[in-house]
Amino acid sequence: MRIMIPREGEVRIPSGCAISGIMDRSGARHDGSDILKSISLMHDRSNGLGGGFAAYGIYPDYKDFYAFHMLYESKEARTATEAFFDTRFECEKQEVIPTDDVKSIKHAPLIWRYFLKPDPVALLRSELDEDEYVMRCVFHINSNIPGAFVASSGKNMGAFKGVGYPEEIGEFYRITDYKAWLWTAHGRFPTNTPGWWGGAHPFTLLNWSVVHNGEISSYDANRRYVEQFGYHCELQTDTEVITYLFDLLVRRHGLQMETAAHIFTAPEWDEIDKMPPEQRKYETALRAVYSSALINGPFSILVGSDQGLLALNDRLKLRALMVGEKGSMVYLASEQAAIENICPDVENVRSIEGGVPFVVRLDEVASQQAPTENLLRVEHLPENLTGVMPRRDA
Amino acid sequence: MLDFTLPRYRVVRDEDLCIQCGVCERSCSNKVHKVEEDLGKVTAAHKSCVNCQRCVCMCPTGALHIENWPQVGNGSANWNLPALQDIAKQSQTGAVLLASMGNPKPYPIYWDHLLLNASQVTNPSIDPLREPMETRVILGRKPAKLVVNEREQKVITELPPQVKLKTPIMFSAMSFGSISLNAQKSLAMAARELGTCFNTGEGGLHRDLEQYGENAIVQVASGRFGVDPHYLNTAAMIEIKIGQGAKPGIGGHLPGEKINDEVSRTRMIPKGTDAISPAPHHDIYSIEDLRQLIFSLKEATCYTKPVAVKIAAVHNVAAIASGVASAGADVIVVDGFRGGTGAAPTRIRDNVGIPIELALAACDQRLRDESIRSQVSLVAAGSIRHSADVVRAIALGADACYIASSALIAMGCHQCQDCSSGKCNWGLATQDPNLTRRLNPEIAAERVVNMVNAWTHEIKEMMGGMGVNSVDSLRGNRLMLRGVGLTEKELEILGVKYAGE
Repeated sequence: MRIMIPREGEVRIPSGCAISGIMDRSGARHDGSDILKSISLMHDRSNGLGGGFAAYGIYPDYKDFYAFHMLYESKEARTATEAFFDTRFECEKQEVIPTDDVKSIKHAPLIWRYFLKPDPVALLRSELDEDEYVMRCVFHINSNIPGAFVASSGKNMGAFKGVGYPEEIGEFYRITDYKAWLWTAHGRFPTNTPGWWGGAHPFTLLNWSVVHNGEISSYDANRRYVEQFGYHCELQTDTEVITYLFDLLVRRHGLQMETAAHIFTAPEWDEIDKMPPEQRKYETALRAVYSSALINGPFSILVGSDQGLLALNDRLKLRALMVGEKGSMVYLASEQAAIENICPDVENVRSIEGGVPFVVRLDEVASQQAPTENLLRVEHLPENLTGVMPRRDA
Repeated sequence: MLDFTLPRYRVVRDEDLCIQCGVCERSCSNKVHKVEEDLGKVTAAHKSCVNCQRCVCMCPTGALHIENWPQVGNGSANWNLPALQDIAKQSQTGAVLLASMGNPKPYPIYWDHLLLNASQVTNPSIDPLREPMETRVILGRKPAKLVVNEREQKVITELPPQVKLKTPIMFSAMSFGSISLNAQKSLAMAARELGTCFNTGEGGLHRDLEQYGENAIVQVASGRFGVDPHYLNTAAMIEIKIGQGAKPGIGGHLPGEKINDEVSRTRMIPKGTDAISPAPHHDIYSIEDLRQLIFSLKEATCYTKPVAVKIAAVHNVAAIASGVASAGADVIVVDGFRGGTGAAPTRIRDNVGIPIELALAACDQRLRDESIRSQVSLVAAGSIRHSADVVRAIALGADACYIASSALIAMGCHQCQDCSSGKCNWGLATQDPNLTRRLNPEIAAERVVNMVNAWTHEIKEMMGGMGVNSVDSLRGNRLMLRGVGLTEKELEILGVKYAGE
């Protein structure tokens, strides 16, 4: 009899990891050979039970379409998912994602990609904006179609992941065939067998991708916070909940990524108490309102988005994360060696400080004036429930 | 009429140790001990003993201890001695049985079935002696989203009033009247020292305690005793008391003989009259009425104070809590059925309500299902016995805990459950000046401060073990709990996994 190992999502699996990221600020695209080389160096930080890559800028011909990377464990799962797509999306193109045979990679699922646009009528009827609509479709597939998993769903980006060492996964997916301005990579050391490919990282949602090394001790507080707002933590992983926290604060609440990261690694109250009054008020409000978004315990994360890359360490700095630069290139990795082996003359190498977000934006994004307030996307509470003195007409 | 009742306790005196000094006689307001100089010994009226243990603590030679009255039962598990005794009492008096303190019956104590987690290997525990460990809690309504000017680091959203606590432990409502002014003053002093709050109960705020207003939660209960704009505006927070865990569904009764000059002035009622709090608020017969009272209080204080609503843990508590949140309460207090009281009908204390652990878990989950948990604060009350209970309550979903029995115990209470007699030998639940002067507020406050500081240290140790350095990361973090000896249904309601899972 086969022993049934619980799958990722049925149990919570702590992991150790290697992470690596490469970004070209100028937006120039590079193939996956460097990221492959970087993550391969950190072979011993993984144990062959999970590896993956996220790449931005890989589908310029389809940049206005949501690129769905799908993992199917059965033909039925594919049939059911495609039937679902038919009712919700217009499909520009669908194809098998090309893979190479790699001896050590076994039990690969069926891997497809789709370039989709929300069906205009269905979108209108849903009364949601496009991103929210797509997000709910992703949750629907992951929760309700057995054997189907959305590996990524953003525009002009994609995740390539599976069970194996990251260098094997990279070879399997032929990532050297893709060109991206931002690559992130993940090699995983889970304490248990995740059992299926959906459990591998990067974790993605819409344009977000997160690779993470650590084990957050605030997991359930964070999970139960985001689940209030329609996110489903199916995989029970840190990466998943961190992705949803970013999505909530940045996409839905309209905050800058730095502010979201600042909330996750809020300054200590002792520091806040010493700040000048206006700043103290600001920091106190952020901590009070977003107290359940504080992330605790060791973590180092790389968050990819269509804007660029954010790196963040927990506020006690319990995980290693190094950064280095060369020209328009920025390199990040769990180990300095994994930067130096792809860019021997890298400059300005340093460690990411605990609780201080490190953000790199595409030059074209950085040149645009960022909004000063996150007003636009804020839904107003009914005034009678705010607990604030109602405005009275003079 | 022949008295069928038996003594509950037996005073045992070691005649070899007793020096007949008479301290026990002077200690006992129940007049148990008597130095019989003619007989050359000290006698005891066992039947009057309530087991408050004042004499045991005071006896300079350690000659005293108290035993259960040794009368055996009849062997029936059904008609046991307490059941017979209750009937004996009622057949003699025709009265409702009165009791004090929390439900003493052996119902399950879920705290004792919840075990805490600690980090091993995959993430490090944190040493609170070397790293900052944050226990600050901010109570009050929070907006769902915050509008800020990120570049200038300014808040645009106007934040409703909040109350800052240095530790997630507050002192629950105990009115002046049910406890002595010295006892309340001790709690007020301790609250100020600790950076937390005490609660006036529904007895008003004595003018001597107005200086502690920044640490006072003032209660508005069904009798509205002591409520005026000055009272409301002096406080840090206002609490509408709908129910109390020890006696859900009923009001309160402070007999006229306890309404002395000071109590009368503080409660704003005539001296010597019974202070009767009706069972319901007679202006709240429904949830929309509660909303009106909440906003009346906010208007009266110009929206500068958070308004809490305290409800007893009853069967439908989760739905009620959700309704209370949408009625505009900033803080919801849920009081479990083991919570104490100065006086309650025994049958109600012992049989009405549900445990705080289940009520808290259900309320927290319901508020999350309604997407409003992060907008209101949730406070758990009703027998928090030590720091591990605080940690469990927070992990289940509470922002903070109320303690009252523990604070009384710190000041000397021995849980004899005789508060309603007004003869408290420890000077706590009494207005008798001969007894209240036994309690020195400075010393009592120090004992309470010591206890809460010790608990806070322990909370930090436990949080550090779990690998969290802020109480924010513990709140609602139910993965930090595992159940033992619980059924599937209990685990489901508590939202925790079984140990080993």
